[in-house]
Amino acid sequence: MQKHLFTYLLHLADNALVLGQRNAEWTGHGPVLEQDIAITNISLDLIGQARHFYQYAAKGFNQMAAEEKTAADQLLPRIWKSYGRELEEDDLAMLRDEHQYRNLLITELPKGDWAFSILRQYFFSVFQFYQYEALQCSTDPDIAAIAEKSIKETAYHVRWSAEWVIRLGDGTNESHQRIRQALSELWMFTGEFFEASPFETSLASTGTGADPAAIKQKWMDAVSVVFSEAGLDIPVAPALQSGGKKGIHTEYMGYLLAEMQFLQRTYPNAQW
Amino acid sequence: MPKFVAKFCYMSIQNPEKIFQDKVDAEVRIEPKDWMPEKYRQTLIRQISQHAHSEIVGMLPEGNWISRAPSLKRKQILIAKVQDEAGHGLYLYSAAETLGITRDQMYDQLHSGKAKYSSIFNYPTLNWADMGTVGWLVDGAAIMNQVPLCRTSFGPYSRAMIRVCKEESFHQRQGFEALLVLSKGNPDQRAMVQDAIDRWWWPSLMMFGPNDSESLHSEQSMKWKIKRFSNDELRQRFVDMVAEQVKLLGMTLPDPDLKWNEERKHYDFGTINWDEFWNVVNGNGPCNKQRLDARKNAWEAGAWVREAAQAHADKRINRKQKAA
Repeated sequence: MQKHLFTYLLHLADNALVLGQRNAEWTGHGPVLEQDIAITNISLDLIGQARHFYQYAAKGFNQMAAEEKTAADQLLPRIWKSYGRELEEDDLAMLRDEHQYRNLLITELPKGDWAFSILRQYFFSVFQFYQYEALQCSTDPDIAAIAEKSIKETAYHVRWSAEWVIRLGDGTNESHQRIRQALSELWMFTGEFFEASPFETSLASTGTGADPAAIKQKWMDAVSVVFSEAGLDIPVAPALQSGGKKGIHTEYMGYLLAEMQFLQRTYPNAQW
Repeated sequence: MPKFVAKFCYMSIQNPEKIFQDKVDAEVRIEPKDWMPEKYRQTLIRQISQHAHSEIVGMLPEGNWISRAPSLKRKQILIAKVQDEAGHGLYLYSAAETLGITRDQMYDQLHSGKAKYSSIFNYPTLNWADMGTVGWLVDGAAIMNQVPLCRTSFGPYSRAMIRVCKEESFHQRQGFEALLVLSKGNPDQRAMVQDAIDRWWWPSLMMFGPNDSESLHSEQSMKWKIKRFSNDELRQRFVDMVAEQVKLLGMTLPDPDLKWNEERKHYDFGTINWDEFWNVVNGNGPCNKQRLDARKNAWEAGAWVREAAQAHADKRINRKQKAA
Protein backbone atom coordinates (compact mmCIF):
# COMPACT_ATOMS: atom_id res chain seq x y z
CA MET A 1 0.00 0.00 0.00
CA GLN A 2 1.32 3.41 -0.94
CA LYS A 3 1.15 6.58 1.06
CA HIS A 4 -1.56 8.11 -1.15
CA LEU A 5 -3.83 5.13 -0.67
CA PHE A 6 -3.15 5.09 3.07
CA THR A 7 -4.01 8.80 3.26
CA TYR A 8 -7.15 8.30 1.19
CA LEU A 9 -8.38 5.52 3.47
CA LEU A 10 -7.82 7.76 6.46
CA HIS A 11 -9.72 10.54 4.71
CA LEU A 12 -12.72 8.26 4.03
CA ALA A 13 -12.63 6.84 7.56
CA ASP A 14 -12.17 10.22 9.25
CA ASN A 15 -15.18 11.69 7.44
CA ALA A 16 -17.39 8.87 8.62
CA LEU A 17 -16.05 8.74 12.17
CA VAL A 18 -16.16 12.46 12.86
CA LEU A 19 -19.70 12.87 11.53
CA GLY A 20 -20.74 9.71 13.41
CA GLN A 21 -19.30 11.21 16.57
CA ARG A 22 -21.22 14.45 16.04
CA ASN A 23 -24.53 12.74 15.28
CA ALA A 24 -24.28 10.60 18.39
CA GLU A 25 -24.52 13.81 20.40
CA TRP A 26 -28.23 13.71 19.55
CA THR A 27 -28.70 10.31 21.17
CA GLY A 28 -31.19 10.77 24.00
CA HIS A 29 -31.83 14.38 23.04
CA GLY A 30 -33.69 14.16 19.73
CA PRO A 31 -36.89 16.12 19.05
CA VAL A 32 -38.99 12.99 18.45
CA LEU A 33 -38.23 9.53 19.79
CA GLU A 34 -38.38 7.91 16.33
CA GLN A 35 -35.94 10.50 14.96
CA ASP A 36 -33.64 10.10 17.92
CA ILE A 37 -33.42 6.45 16.88
CA ALA A 38 -32.92 7.36 13.21
CA ILE A 39 -30.03 9.77 13.68
CA THR A 40 -28.42 7.40 16.16
CA ASN A 41 -28.68 4.71 13.55
CA ILE A 42 -26.93 6.88 11.00
CA SER A 43 -24.22 7.50 13.53
CA LEU A 44 -23.80 3.75 13.96
CA ASP A 45 -23.64 3.19 10.21
CA LEU A 46 -20.97 5.86 9.83
CA ILE A 47 -18.82 4.51 12.63
CA GLY A 48 -19.13 1.05 11.11
CA GLN A 49 -17.96 2.40 7.75
CA ALA A 50 -15.06 4.18 9.44
CA ARG A 51 -13.99 0.92 11.06
CA HIS A 52 -13.83 -0.85 7.71
CA PHE A 53 -11.55 1.83 6.28
CA TYR A 54 -9.35 2.06 9.38
CA GLN A 55 -8.97 -1.70 9.54
CA TYR A 56 -7.97 -1.82 5.91
CA ALA A 57 -5.57 1.10 6.36
CA ALA A 58 -3.95 -0.53 9.39
CA LYS A 59 -3.59 -3.85 7.62
CA GLY A 60 -2.14 -2.12 4.55
CA PHE A 61 0.31 -0.19 6.66
CA ASN A 62 1.52 -3.27 8.52
CA GLN A 63 2.30 -4.90 5.18
CA MET A 64 4.17 -1.89 3.77
CA ALA A 65 7.84 -2.06 2.87
CA ALA A 66 10.14 -0.11 5.16
CA GLU A 67 10.57 2.85 2.81
CA GLU A 68 6.80 3.11 2.29
CA LYS A 69 6.33 3.16 6.04
CA THR A 70 8.80 6.00 6.31
CA ALA A 71 6.89 7.93 3.67
CA ALA A 72 3.67 7.56 5.65
CA ASP A 73 5.37 8.40 8.93
CA GLN A 74 3.87 11.87 9.36
CA LEU A 75 0.37 10.38 9.49
CA LEU A 76 1.12 7.94 12.28
CA PRO A 77 0.37 8.53 15.94
CA ARG A 78 3.51 9.30 17.87
CA ILE A 79 2.42 7.39 20.98
CA TRP A 80 1.77 4.21 19.01
CA LYS A 81 5.41 4.15 17.89
CA SER A 82 6.43 3.43 21.47
CA TYR A 83 4.06 0.41 21.73
CA GLY A 84 6.24 -1.92 19.69
CA ARG A 85 3.31 -3.70 18.06
CA GLU A 86 1.42 -3.63 14.77
CA LEU A 87 -0.90 -0.76 13.92
CA GLU A 88 -4.60 -1.26 14.78
CA GLU A 89 -7.79 0.59 13.88
CA ASP A 90 -8.08 2.24 17.28
CA ASP A 91 -4.54 3.62 17.11
CA LEU A 92 -5.61 5.53 14.03
CA ALA A 93 -8.88 6.76 15.48
CA MET A 94 -7.84 7.41 19.04
CA LEU A 95 -4.23 8.55 18.91
CA ARG A 96 -3.65 10.69 15.85
CA ASP A 97 -3.33 14.40 16.42
CA GLU A 98 -5.62 16.93 14.87
CA HIS A 99 -3.24 17.81 12.01
CA GLN A 100 -3.11 14.12 11.05
CA TYR A 101 -6.88 13.92 10.61
CA ARG A 102 -8.02 14.22 6.98
CA ASN A 103 -11.78 14.71 7.33
CA LEU A 104 -13.81 17.41 5.61
CA LEU A 105 -14.37 20.47 7.78
CA ILE A 106 -18.15 20.18 7.41
CA THR A 107 -18.16 16.93 9.38
CA GLU A 108 -16.53 18.42 12.48
CA LEU A 109 -18.77 21.48 12.98
CA PRO A 110 -20.83 21.38 16.19
CA LYS A 111 -24.22 19.76 15.79
CA GLY A 112 -26.19 23.00 16.04
CA ASP A 113 -29.97 22.73 15.96
CA TRP A 114 -31.97 20.02 14.18
CA ALA A 115 -31.98 22.05 10.95
CA PHE A 116 -28.20 22.35 10.99
CA SER A 117 -27.60 18.66 11.68
CA ILE A 118 -30.15 17.64 9.04
CA LEU A 119 -28.80 19.87 6.31
CA ARG A 120 -25.20 18.91 7.05
CA GLN A 121 -26.20 15.25 6.89
CA TYR A 122 -28.01 15.77 3.62
CA PHE A 123 -25.10 17.60 1.96
CA PHE A 124 -22.62 15.02 3.18
CA SER A 125 -24.72 11.96 2.38
CA VAL A 126 -25.42 13.05 -1.19
CA PHE A 127 -21.70 13.54 -1.69
CA GLN A 128 -20.83 10.29 0.02
CA PHE A 129 -23.41 8.43 -2.06
CA TYR A 130 -21.79 9.51 -5.35
CA GLN A 131 -18.36 8.87 -3.91
CA TYR A 132 -19.29 5.30 -2.97
CA GLU A 133 -21.00 4.88 -6.31
CA ALA A 134 -17.67 5.57 -8.00
CA LEU A 135 -15.71 3.53 -5.46
CA GLN A 136 -17.82 0.45 -6.06
CA CYS A 137 -15.85 0.22 -9.32
CA SER A 138 -12.50 0.84 -7.65
CA THR A 139 -9.59 -1.23 -8.94
CA ASP A 140 -8.85 -1.93 -5.29
CA PRO A 141 -11.15 -4.84 -4.38
CA ASP A 142 -11.25 -3.98 -0.65
CA ILE A 143 -12.35 -0.43 -1.33
CA ALA A 144 -14.92 -1.66 -3.85
CA ALA A 145 -16.31 -4.11 -1.30
CA ILE A 146 -16.56 -1.53 1.48
CA ALA A 147 -18.24 0.92 -0.91
CA GLU A 148 -20.71 -1.68 -2.07
CA LYS A 149 -21.72 -2.49 1.48
CA SER A 150 -21.81 1.12 2.62
CA ILE A 151 -23.75 2.65 -0.25
CA LYS A 152 -26.90 0.83 0.82
CA GLU A 153 -26.71 2.58 4.17
CA THR A 154 -25.88 5.90 2.58
CA ALA A 155 -28.85 5.65 0.21
CA TYR A 156 -31.05 5.54 3.30
CA HIS A 157 -29.20 8.49 4.87
CA VAL A 158 -29.85 10.52 1.72
CA ARG A 159 -33.53 9.61 1.69
CA TRP A 160 -34.03 10.31 5.38
CA SER A 161 -32.19 13.64 5.40
CA ALA A 162 -33.78 14.82 2.12
CA GLU A 163 -37.23 14.20 3.57
CA TRP A 164 -36.32 16.29 6.58
CA VAL A 165 -34.87 19.11 4.48
CA ILE A 166 -38.19 19.25 2.63
CA ARG A 167 -40.21 19.00 5.83
CA LEU A 168 -38.33 21.86 7.46
CA GLY A 169 -38.18 24.01 4.34
CA ASP A 170 -41.90 23.51 3.64
CA GLY A 171 -43.06 23.34 7.30
CA THR A 172 -43.62 26.46 9.39
CA ASN A 173 -42.14 29.94 9.11
CA GLU A 174 -39.84 29.12 11.97
CA SER A 175 -38.56 25.89 10.45
CA HIS A 176 -38.05 27.64 7.12
CA GLN A 177 -36.06 30.40 8.78
CA ARG A 178 -33.99 27.90 10.70
CA ILE A 179 -33.04 25.82 7.72
CA ARG A 180 -32.18 28.96 5.77
CA GLN A 181 -29.96 30.00 8.63
CA ALA A 182 -28.32 26.56 8.62
CA LEU A 183 -27.81 26.88 4.87
CA SER A 184 -26.09 30.21 5.22
CA GLU A 185 -23.72 28.72 7.81
CA LEU A 186 -23.04 25.46 5.98
CA TRP A 187 -22.79 26.50 2.38
CA MET A 188 -19.25 27.87 2.65
CA PHE A 189 -18.04 24.38 3.64
CA THR A 190 -19.56 22.54 0.68
CA GLY A 191 -16.84 23.52 -1.81
CA GLU A 192 -14.35 21.28 -0.04
CA PHE A 193 -16.25 18.18 -1.18
CA PHE A 194 -15.18 18.75 -4.77
CA GLU A 195 -11.72 20.21 -4.29
CA ALA A 196 -9.38 17.37 -5.22
CA SER A 197 -6.38 16.95 -2.96
CA PRO A 198 -3.15 15.51 -4.40
CA PHE A 199 -3.90 12.04 -3.00
CA GLU A 200 -7.37 12.06 -4.58
CA THR A 201 -6.07 13.20 -7.95
CA SER A 202 -3.40 10.54 -7.92
CA LEU A 203 -5.78 7.73 -6.95
CA ALA A 204 -8.50 8.84 -9.33
CA SER A 205 -6.02 8.60 -12.19
CA THR A 206 -5.40 4.92 -11.47
CA GLY A 207 -9.06 4.08 -10.89
CA THR A 208 -8.49 3.34 -7.22
CA GLY A 209 -10.22 6.43 -5.88
CA ALA A 210 -13.08 8.70 -6.89
CA ASP A 211 -12.53 12.07 -8.55
CA PRO A 212 -14.38 14.51 -6.31
CA ALA A 213 -14.57 17.18 -9.00
CA ALA A 214 -16.57 14.77 -11.16
CA ILE A 215 -19.20 14.52 -8.42
CA LYS A 216 -19.95 18.23 -8.30
CA GLN A 217 -22.56 18.40 -11.06
CA LYS A 218 -24.45 15.34 -9.84
CA TRP A 219 -24.44 16.74 -6.34
CA MET A 220 -25.73 20.12 -7.53
CA ASP A 221 -28.49 18.46 -9.55
CA ALA A 222 -29.65 16.32 -6.63
CA VAL A 223 -29.57 19.23 -4.20
CA SER A 224 -31.47 21.46 -6.64
CA VAL A 225 -34.36 19.01 -6.87
CA VAL A 226 -34.74 18.70 -3.11
CA PHE A 227 -34.25 22.43 -2.58
CA SER A 228 -36.99 23.30 -5.03
CA GLU A 229 -39.38 21.06 -3.14
CA ALA A 230 -38.21 22.57 0.13
CA GLY A 231 -38.60 26.12 -1.16
CA LEU A 232 -34.90 26.87 -0.74
CA ASP A 233 -32.53 28.62 -3.13
CA ILE A 234 -29.01 27.47 -3.89
CA PRO A 235 -26.82 30.25 -2.48
CA VAL A 236 -24.71 32.33 -4.83
CA ALA A 237 -22.11 32.91 -2.10
CA PRO A 238 -18.72 31.28 -2.68
CA ALA A 239 -17.95 28.04 -0.81
CA LEU A 240 -14.32 28.50 -0.01
CA GLN A 241 -13.75 27.04 3.45
CA SER A 242 -11.41 24.09 3.17
CA GLY A 243 -8.32 22.62 4.78
CA GLY A 244 -9.49 19.35 6.31
CA LYS A 245 -7.88 17.18 3.66
CA LYS A 246 -4.56 18.87 4.40
CA GLY A 247 -4.97 18.53 8.16
CA ILE A 248 -5.86 22.16 8.79
CA HIS A 249 -9.05 22.09 10.82
CA THR A 250 -11.54 24.37 12.53
CA GLU A 251 -11.18 25.26 16.19
CA TYR A 252 -13.96 22.78 16.99
CA MET A 253 -11.92 19.76 15.99
CA GLY A 254 -9.50 19.80 18.92
CA TYR A 255 -12.30 19.56 21.45
CA LEU A 256 -13.94 16.71 19.58
CA LEU A 257 -10.70 14.73 19.60
CA ALA A 258 -9.85 15.62 23.20
CA GLU A 259 -13.13 14.07 24.30
CA MET A 260 -13.05 11.11 21.95
CA GLN A 261 -9.44 10.16 22.60
CA PHE A 262 -9.08 10.83 26.30
CA LEU A 263 -9.14 7.24 27.59
CA GLN A 264 -6.68 5.89 25.02
CA ARG A 265 -4.33 8.77 25.71
CA THR A 266 -4.63 8.59 29.49
CA TYR A 267 -4.06 4.84 29.63
CA PRO A 268 -1.69 4.09 26.73
CA ASN A 269 -1.88 0.67 25.11
CA ALA A 270 -4.55 -0.66 27.48
CA GLN A 271 -7.11 -3.22 26.35
CA TRP A 272 -10.75 -2.13 26.48
CA MET B 1 -109.82 -11.87 43.37
CA PRO B 2 -106.56 -13.00 42.02
CA LYS B 3 -103.65 -10.95 42.93
CA PHE B 4 -101.87 -9.29 40.10
CA VAL B 5 -98.30 -9.58 41.03
CA ALA B 6 -95.82 -8.28 38.58
CA LYS B 7 -93.11 -10.72 38.10
CA PHE B 8 -89.73 -9.47 37.03
CA CYS B 9 -87.75 -11.55 34.74
CA TYR B 10 -84.12 -11.39 35.82
CA MET B 11 -81.75 -11.97 32.96
CA SER B 12 -78.68 -13.57 34.22
CA ILE B 13 -76.00 -10.94 33.91
CA GLN B 14 -72.60 -12.21 34.69
CA ASN B 15 -70.43 -10.01 36.74
CA PRO B 16 -67.75 -8.59 34.37
CA GLU B 17 -65.27 -8.36 37.17
CA LYS B 18 -65.67 -12.09 37.72
CA ILE B 19 -65.20 -12.88 34.03
CA PHE B 20 -62.10 -10.74 34.07
CA GLN B 21 -60.62 -12.37 37.15
CA ASP B 22 -61.46 -15.84 35.82
CA LYS B 23 -59.54 -15.07 32.67
CA VAL B 24 -56.59 -13.81 34.65
CA ASP B 25 -56.66 -16.88 36.85
CA ALA B 26 -56.79 -19.11 33.78
CA GLU B 27 -53.75 -17.31 32.34
CA VAL B 28 -55.74 -15.91 29.43
CA ARG B 29 -54.25 -12.59 28.34
CA ILE B 30 -56.35 -9.46 28.73
CA GLU B 31 -56.44 -7.49 25.48
CA PRO B 32 -57.05 -3.72 25.06
CA LYS B 33 -60.70 -4.06 24.02
CA ASP B 34 -61.63 -6.46 26.82
CA TRP B 35 -63.49 -5.20 29.82
CA MET B 36 -61.13 -4.50 32.69
CA PRO B 37 -61.47 -2.88 36.10
CA GLU B 38 -60.65 0.81 35.97
CA LYS B 39 -58.10 0.33 38.70
CA TYR B 40 -56.36 -2.37 36.63
CA ARG B 41 -56.21 0.01 33.67
CA GLN B 42 -54.81 2.80 35.83
CA THR B 43 -52.28 0.52 37.49
CA LEU B 44 -51.05 -0.64 34.11
CA ILE B 45 -50.84 2.87 32.68
CA ARG B 46 -48.82 3.87 35.71
CA GLN B 47 -46.54 0.87 35.52
CA ILE B 48 -46.01 0.71 31.74
CA SER B 49 -45.49 4.45 31.34
CA GLN B 50 -43.09 4.44 34.28
CA HIS B 51 -41.25 1.64 32.57
CA ALA B 52 -41.19 3.52 29.25
CA HIS B 53 -39.95 6.69 30.95
CA SER B 54 -37.21 4.64 32.63
CA GLU B 55 -35.99 3.48 29.23
CA ILE B 56 -35.93 7.02 27.88
CA VAL B 57 -34.32 8.63 30.92
CA GLY B 58 -32.01 5.60 31.10
CA MET B 59 -30.52 6.65 27.76
CA LEU B 60 -28.93 9.66 29.44
CA PRO B 61 -26.44 8.17 31.92
CA GLU B 62 -25.10 5.81 29.26
CA GLY B 63 -25.31 8.39 26.49
CA ASN B 64 -22.95 10.35 28.72
CA TRP B 65 -20.08 8.05 27.68
CA ILE B 66 -20.74 7.63 23.95
CA SER B 67 -18.41 10.44 22.96
CA ARG B 68 -15.63 9.04 25.19
CA ALA B 69 -15.93 5.31 24.58
CA PRO B 70 -12.36 3.99 24.51
CA SER B 71 -12.49 2.04 21.25
CA LEU B 72 -14.56 2.10 18.10
CA LYS B 73 -15.99 -1.30 18.90
CA ARG B 74 -17.06 -0.19 22.38
CA LYS B 75 -18.49 2.98 20.92
CA GLN B 76 -20.62 0.98 18.49
CA ILE B 77 -21.80 -1.38 21.22
CA LEU B 78 -22.72 1.49 23.50
CA ILE B 79 -24.57 3.45 20.83
CA ALA B 80 -26.46 0.34 19.79
CA LYS B 81 -27.38 -0.33 23.39
CA VAL B 82 -28.69 3.17 24.00
CA GLN B 83 -30.60 2.93 20.75
CA ASP B 84 -32.17 -0.33 21.94
CA GLU B 85 -33.39 1.53 25.00
CA ALA B 86 -35.05 4.13 22.80
CA GLY B 87 -36.70 1.22 20.98
CA HIS B 88 -37.93 -0.26 24.26
CA GLY B 89 -39.37 3.11 25.19
CA LEU B 90 -41.13 3.20 21.85
CA TYR B 91 -42.90 -0.11 22.19
CA LEU B 92 -43.73 0.40 25.82
CA TYR B 93 -45.32 3.78 25.05
CA SER B 94 -47.28 2.02 22.31
CA ALA B 95 -48.42 -0.67 24.73
CA ALA B 96 -49.58 2.01 27.19
CA GLU B 97 -51.40 3.84 24.39
CA THR B 98 -53.68 0.83 23.94
CA LEU B 99 -55.04 1.66 27.39
CA GLY B 100 -56.30 5.07 26.30
CA ILE B 101 -53.51 7.50 27.02
CA THR B 102 -51.36 9.30 24.44
CA ARG B 103 -47.60 9.46 24.34
CA ASP B 104 -47.75 13.25 24.69
CA GLN B 105 -49.87 12.90 27.84
CA MET B 106 -47.33 10.49 29.26
CA TYR B 107 -44.51 12.92 28.44
CA ASP B 108 -46.43 15.67 30.22
CA GLN B 109 -46.67 13.47 33.29
CA LEU B 110 -42.96 12.78 33.17
CA HIS B 111 -42.01 16.42 32.66
CA SER B 112 -44.33 17.67 35.41
CA GLY B 113 -42.90 15.14 37.84
CA LYS B 114 -46.26 13.35 38.21
CA ALA B 115 -44.94 10.15 36.63
CA LYS B 116 -41.87 8.50 38.03
CA TYR B 117 -39.07 6.59 36.35
CA SER B 118 -36.60 4.18 37.83
CA SER B 119 -34.54 5.99 40.45
CA ILE B 120 -31.39 4.20 39.44
CA PHE B 121 -30.96 6.65 36.58
CA ASN B 122 -30.59 9.51 39.03
CA TYR B 123 -27.10 8.32 39.80
CA PRO B 124 -24.16 9.64 37.76
CA THR B 125 -21.92 7.61 35.44
CA LEU B 126 -18.44 8.66 36.47
CA ASN B 127 -15.94 6.35 34.87
CA TRP B 128 -15.82 4.03 31.87
CA ALA B 129 -16.37 0.93 34.00
CA ASP B 130 -19.78 2.38 34.86
CA MET B 131 -20.88 1.36 31.36
CA GLY B 132 -20.10 -2.28 32.03
CA THR B 133 -21.45 -2.09 35.56
CA VAL B 134 -24.73 -0.54 34.50
CA GLY B 135 -25.11 -3.37 31.99
CA TRP B 136 -24.25 -6.04 34.49
CA LEU B 137 -25.99 -4.81 37.65
CA VAL B 138 -28.67 -2.38 36.50
CA ASP B 139 -29.77 -4.36 33.46
CA GLY B 140 -29.31 -7.51 35.51
CA ALA B 141 -31.69 -6.25 38.19
CA ALA B 142 -34.07 -5.01 35.52
CA ILE B 143 -34.15 -8.46 33.93
CA MET B 144 -34.98 -10.08 37.27
CA ASN B 145 -37.93 -7.73 37.50
CA GLN B 146 -38.89 -8.02 33.86
CA VAL B 147 -38.69 -11.69 32.99
CA PRO B 148 -41.84 -12.44 35.04
CA LEU B 149 -43.55 -9.59 33.16
CA CYS B 150 -43.30 -11.61 29.94
CA ARG B 151 -46.21 -13.58 31.45
CA THR B 152 -48.04 -10.57 32.85
CA SER B 153 -51.79 -10.62 32.34
CA PHE B 154 -52.07 -7.66 29.92
CA GLY B 155 -51.32 -8.90 26.39
CA PRO B 156 -49.57 -5.88 24.81
CA TYR B 157 -47.35 -5.41 27.86
CA SER B 158 -46.41 -9.07 28.01
CA ARG B 159 -45.56 -9.15 24.29
CA ALA B 160 -43.47 -5.96 24.56
CA MET B 161 -41.61 -7.45 27.50
CA ILE B 162 -40.67 -10.57 25.59
CA ARG B 163 -38.72 -8.42 23.13
CA VAL B 164 -37.33 -6.15 25.82
CA CYS B 165 -36.04 -9.07 27.86
CA LYS B 166 -34.22 -10.65 24.95
CA GLU B 167 -32.32 -7.44 24.31
CA GLU B 168 -31.73 -6.74 27.98
CA SER B 169 -30.11 -10.08 28.61
CA PHE B 170 -27.83 -9.39 25.66
CA HIS B 171 -26.92 -6.03 27.25
CA GLN B 172 -26.21 -7.71 30.54
CA ARG B 173 -23.78 -10.13 28.93
CA GLN B 174 -22.12 -7.30 27.03
CA GLY B 175 -21.74 -5.36 30.27
CA PHE B 176 -20.19 -8.25 32.09
CA GLU B 177 -17.84 -8.96 29.18
CA ALA B 178 -16.66 -5.33 29.19
CA LEU B 179 -15.94 -5.61 32.91
CA LEU B 180 -14.13 -8.89 32.44
CA VAL B 181 -11.74 -7.23 29.99
CA LEU B 182 -11.15 -4.34 32.38
CA SER B 183 -10.65 -6.69 35.32
CA LYS B 184 -7.77 -8.27 33.43
CA GLY B 185 -6.32 -4.88 32.56
CA ASN B 186 -3.93 -2.55 34.33
CA PRO B 187 -4.33 -1.45 37.98
CA ASP B 188 -6.09 1.77 36.94
CA GLN B 189 -8.65 -0.21 34.99
CA ARG B 190 -9.23 -2.63 37.85
CA ALA B 191 -9.67 0.31 40.22
CA MET B 192 -12.30 1.71 37.85
CA VAL B 193 -14.25 -1.53 38.04
CA GLN B 194 -14.18 -1.70 41.83
CA ASP B 195 -15.13 1.95 42.11
CA ALA B 196 -18.07 1.46 39.76
CA ILE B 197 -19.28 -1.64 41.64
CA ASP B 198 -19.01 0.21 44.95
CA ARG B 199 -21.23 2.99 43.67
CA TRP B 200 -23.83 0.90 41.81
CA TRP B 201 -24.32 -2.08 44.13
CA TRP B 202 -26.71 -0.60 46.69
CA PRO B 203 -28.73 1.45 44.20
CA SER B 204 -29.17 -1.77 42.15
CA LEU B 205 -30.62 -3.55 45.18
CA MET B 206 -33.01 -0.65 45.63
CA MET B 207 -34.33 -1.25 42.11
CA PHE B 208 -36.49 -4.07 43.46
CA GLY B 209 -38.47 -1.56 45.46
CA PRO B 210 -39.36 -1.40 49.14
CA ASN B 211 -39.43 -4.50 51.33
CA ASP B 212 -42.58 -6.56 50.89
CA SER B 213 -43.94 -5.33 54.21
CA GLU B 214 -43.77 -1.75 52.93
CA SER B 215 -44.77 -2.22 49.31
CA LEU B 216 -47.80 -0.14 48.39
CA HIS B 217 -49.21 -1.75 45.27
CA SER B 218 -48.03 -5.31 45.59
CA GLU B 219 -51.00 -7.30 46.82
CA GLN B 220 -53.55 -6.22 44.24
CA SER B 221 -50.95 -6.50 41.46
CA MET B 222 -50.20 -10.08 42.43
CA LYS B 223 -53.89 -10.94 42.27
CA TRP B 224 -54.17 -9.38 38.81
CA LYS B 225 -50.98 -11.14 37.75
CA ILE B 226 -49.42 -7.84 36.76
CA LYS B 227 -46.79 -8.88 39.22
CA ARG B 228 -45.75 -12.45 39.96
CA PHE B 229 -43.00 -12.39 42.55
CA SER B 230 -42.50 -10.17 45.54
CA ASN B 231 -39.83 -7.47 45.70
CA ASP B 232 -37.85 -9.33 48.35
CA GLU B 233 -37.97 -12.64 46.49
CA LEU B 234 -36.54 -11.08 43.37
CA ARG B 235 -33.95 -9.10 45.29
CA GLN B 236 -32.71 -12.28 46.95
CA ARG B 237 -32.37 -14.02 43.60
CA PHE B 238 -30.34 -11.11 42.32
CA VAL B 239 -28.02 -11.07 45.32
CA ASP B 240 -27.44 -14.81 44.99
CA MET B 241 -26.54 -14.43 41.33
CA VAL B 242 -24.27 -11.39 41.61
CA ALA B 243 -22.46 -12.62 44.71
CA GLU B 244 -21.16 -15.49 42.60
CA GLN B 245 -20.47 -13.51 39.41
CA VAL B 246 -18.42 -10.86 41.19
CA LYS B 247 -15.87 -13.54 42.04
CA LEU B 248 -15.16 -14.05 38.34
CA LEU B 249 -14.14 -10.41 38.15
CA GLY B 250 -11.89 -10.70 41.17
CA MET B 251 -13.82 -7.82 42.74
CA THR B 252 -15.90 -7.47 45.90
CA LEU B 253 -19.36 -6.18 46.73
CA PRO B 254 -19.37 -3.31 49.24
CA ASP B 255 -21.32 -5.16 51.94
CA PRO B 256 -19.51 -6.57 55.01
CA ASP B 257 -22.65 -8.55 55.92
CA LEU B 258 -22.75 -10.45 52.64
CA LYS B 259 -22.38 -14.11 53.57
CA TRP B 260 -23.61 -17.48 52.31
CA ASN B 261 -26.26 -18.88 54.64
CA GLU B 262 -26.09 -22.65 54.45
CA GLU B 263 -29.39 -23.08 56.24
CA ARG B 264 -31.37 -20.76 53.96
CA LYS B 265 -29.33 -21.73 50.89
CA HIS B 266 -29.18 -18.03 50.10
CA TYR B 267 -26.79 -15.17 50.66
CA ASP B 268 -27.52 -12.96 53.65
CA PHE B 269 -26.90 -9.30 52.99
CA GLY B 270 -26.85 -6.01 54.85
CA THR B 271 -29.64 -3.52 55.38
CA ILE B 272 -30.51 -1.20 52.53
CA ASN B 273 -30.38 2.50 53.28
CA TRP B 274 -34.05 3.26 52.70
CA ASP B 275 -33.61 6.92 53.60
CA GLU B 276 -31.38 7.26 50.57
CA PHE B 277 -33.91 5.34 48.48
CA TRP B 278 -36.79 7.64 49.40
CA ASN B 279 -34.64 10.72 49.01
CA VAL B 280 -33.84 9.79 45.46
CA VAL B 281 -37.43 8.77 44.72
CA ASN B 282 -38.58 12.13 46.04
CA GLY B 283 -36.31 14.08 43.75
CA ASN B 284 -33.18 14.60 45.81
CA GLY B 285 -30.81 12.15 44.14
CA PRO B 286 -27.56 13.38 42.62
CA CYS B 287 -28.94 13.68 39.06
CA ASN B 288 -32.74 14.00 39.39
CA LYS B 289 -32.77 17.60 38.24
CA GLN B 290 -30.19 17.07 35.53
CA ARG B 291 -32.05 14.08 34.03
CA LEU B 292 -35.45 15.71 34.03
CA ASP B 293 -34.02 18.96 32.67
CA ALA B 294 -32.35 17.06 29.83
CA ARG B 295 -35.66 15.44 28.89
CA LYS B 296 -37.60 18.69 29.17
CA ASN B 297 -35.01 20.56 27.14
CA ALA B 298 -35.05 17.96 24.39
CA TRP B 299 -38.83 18.14 24.29
CA GLU B 300 -39.06 21.93 24.33
CA ALA B 301 -36.18 22.48 21.91
CA GLY B 302 -37.81 19.96 19.58
CA ALA B 303 -41.24 21.63 19.59
CA TRP B 304 -40.57 23.61 16.40
CA VAL B 305 -39.40 20.43 14.66
CA ARG B 306 -42.59 18.56 15.52
CA GLU B 307 -44.70 21.56 14.47
CA ALA B 308 -42.86 21.76 11.16
CA ALA B 309 -43.38 18.06 10.48
CA GLN B 310 -47.09 18.42 11.21
CA ALA B 311 -47.43 21.56 9.10
CA HIS B 312 -45.69 19.90 6.17
CA ALA B 313 -47.86 16.78 6.47
CA ASP B 314 -51.01 18.95 6.49
CA LYS B 315 -49.82 20.89 3.45
CA ARG B 316 -49.20 17.68 1.56
CA ILE B 317 -52.71 16.44 2.27
CA ASN B 318 -54.15 19.79 1.17
CA ARG B 319 -52.16 19.79 -2.04
CA LYS B 320 -53.26 16.24 -2.77
CA GLN B 321 -56.91 17.12 -2.20
CA LYS B 322 -56.64 20.17 -4.43
CA ALA B 323 -55.03 18.14 -7.16
CA ALA B 324 -57.76 15.48 -6.97
